[in-house]
Amino acid sequence: MTYSASAFSRLISPLSDSELNKLATNAKHLTKQHFGNTIQLYIPLYLSNECCNSCLYCGFNRHQNIKRQTLSLDEATKQLQIIKDKGFDNILLLTGEHKASVGVDYLVPIIKQAQKMFSYVALEIFPCSTEEYSSLISAGASGLTIYQETYNKEVYSNMHPSGPKKDFSFRFDSPERALKAGMRKVGLGFLLGLTDWREEAYFLAEHLDYLMKNYWKADFTVSFPRIHKAPDGLDTKTISDKDFVQMILAFRIAFPKVGIILSTRENAELRDNLLGLGVTQISAESKTNPGGYSDNTSDEQFQVNDARSLSEIITALEKNGFDPVIKDWSTILSSISPVL
Amino acid sequence: MITDALKIADRIFASRLFVGTGKFSSPLIMKKALDASGSEMITVALRRVDLSNPDDHILHHLDLQKCQLLPNTAGAQSADEAIRLAMLSRASSQTNWIKLEVTPEPRHLIPDSEETLKATKFLVKEGFIVLPYMQADPILAKKLEDVGASTVMPLGSPIGSNKGLKTKELIKIIISNSNIPVIVDAGIGAPSHACEAMELGADAVLVNTAIAIANDPILIASAFKHAVEAGRKGFLAGLAQESDGEASSPLSWLIK
Repeated sequence: MTYSASAFSRLISPLSDSELNKLATNAKHLTKQHFGNTIQLYIPLYLSNECCNSCLYCGFNRHQNIKRQTLSLDEATKQLQIIKDKGFDNILLLTGEHKASVGVDYLVPIIKQAQKMFSYVALEIFPCSTEEYSSLISAGASGLTIYQETYNKEVYSNMHPSGPKKDFSFRFDSPERALKAGMRKVGLGFLLGLTDWREEAYFLAEHLDYLMKNYWKADFTVSFPRIHKAPDGLDTKTISDKDFVQMILAFRIAFPKVGIILSTRENAELRDNLLGLGVTQISAESKTNPGGYSDNTSDEQFQVNDARSLSEIITALEKNGFDPVIKDWSTILSSISPVL
Repeated sequence: MITDALKIADRIFASRLFVGTGKFSSPLIMKKALDASGSEMITVALRRVDLSNPDDHILHHLDLQKCQLLPNTAGAQSADEAIRLAMLSRASSQTNWIKLEVTPEPRHLIPDSEETLKATKFLVKEGFIVLPYMQADPILAKKLEDVGASTVMPLGSPIGSNKGLKTKELIKIIISNSNIPVIVDAGIGAPSHACEAMELGADAVLVNTAIAIANDPILIASAFKHAVEAGRKGFLAGLAQESDGEASSPLSWLIK
């Protein structure tokens, strides 16, 4: 179908079980047609947990008394090698927001190193200017994930009381700046649990539709990280598994060719059950603390609910009739050295 | 001896069914389906495989004694990217065959005619055997032939759509004008679509999604094999023209 806000609203409105089943049948068919029987695998590497923001829901909040660490180029290279040896070929590099010590100048050599070792390098970092995104792309980054956290400005303002992240618009415009700079893949999303999911889903769909029409050469993904355990004193809205599934189905039907990512925030059983219903990419073996692939001396951002190893996840995928895709990119599609 | 063989560049193909390797549920099922298809031309996406690694997840399962490996440039958004992928492919796979795909919009993968022509011209000069995926555009087909493409591969309908020969009238013109093999690529969703393309006079068809995502990929691969053979025989036999069944002769007034 062609996306329309009204049709999307119907997909996310309250449904009976039999209507939900119909959505699932449709979503399953579309997923198979467009993505086949494959699931892409990726792994995150947290480079730093230093942060000058104070997001109320986040383990890296600057008021949290945690052990802070930023990997040096050598340390990052060692972690990259461990990940490579596990069999991954697709890496997501993450940071908090602390531009003074963990800025673009810090990232460029690490991206260059990662690009030598992996076919595909993506970033999940602080918002940047167009020029900064250009530098990151030139270094070898092909993908960027940046979640708006919430599209509700009032909730956004409450959740981000201080630090540069307070600026809703600068964050909201980040994907567009990255696309202007030539980013090939952009991941959008919001944090589930901050406010009503239907409202968030609606705005995400509109955001995605706008970017897809205006930056038609780019590939898009969406993801819906869900807060399972809120920090003490933070009032979050839990979203049921049923609603969570409906939202994934709605995005699959409205945007049949957009990848949907499910992280290890979700448990193994739910992740396995959602394969083929819309989800196209999953992470595996994630550690959410810097240096976590060799030791555990720093603190993590959130608790992982699917701790299976890559080989256990591959076995589960194969048992469910899916071919795990480790490599689906070429550094040639990222490097800038024209022959013509 | 093969009496009705397809010749592309210097290679003879007994099978006129070309197959792709994406979207299968496992490499083993892919291998069995490819075997059942009888295909001798197998395309792989350069972004998906590591040509320098003999144990690669996909390559490892291909019988390259029997089949021509046809690396493709899926993911390339410009002539430049496609050329660089092709160069990498030749350097690491020892084959100079390339299925050229230049698709700047990643959702529908419609080929960019201008960039496809530019890349074909360049790669032919560099000594590649170029099989370009293209719009069902008869003028572009002739231009590609003029710059040295070894085949043209017009789309039947958008890739992965399984909608069949929506571009049928244009494909007929391409076939009637062409001096090089015409391979219908993309959109073939059922054996009957493949058969129809062959009846029109296409030299071969390329099928991937319809085999990979069928409930029984092995059985449908064999169905495609037979459909392609049947369509080819229909074409060679000369199809009886459709008739509206009018009995009288329009020249009865003249010819007594």
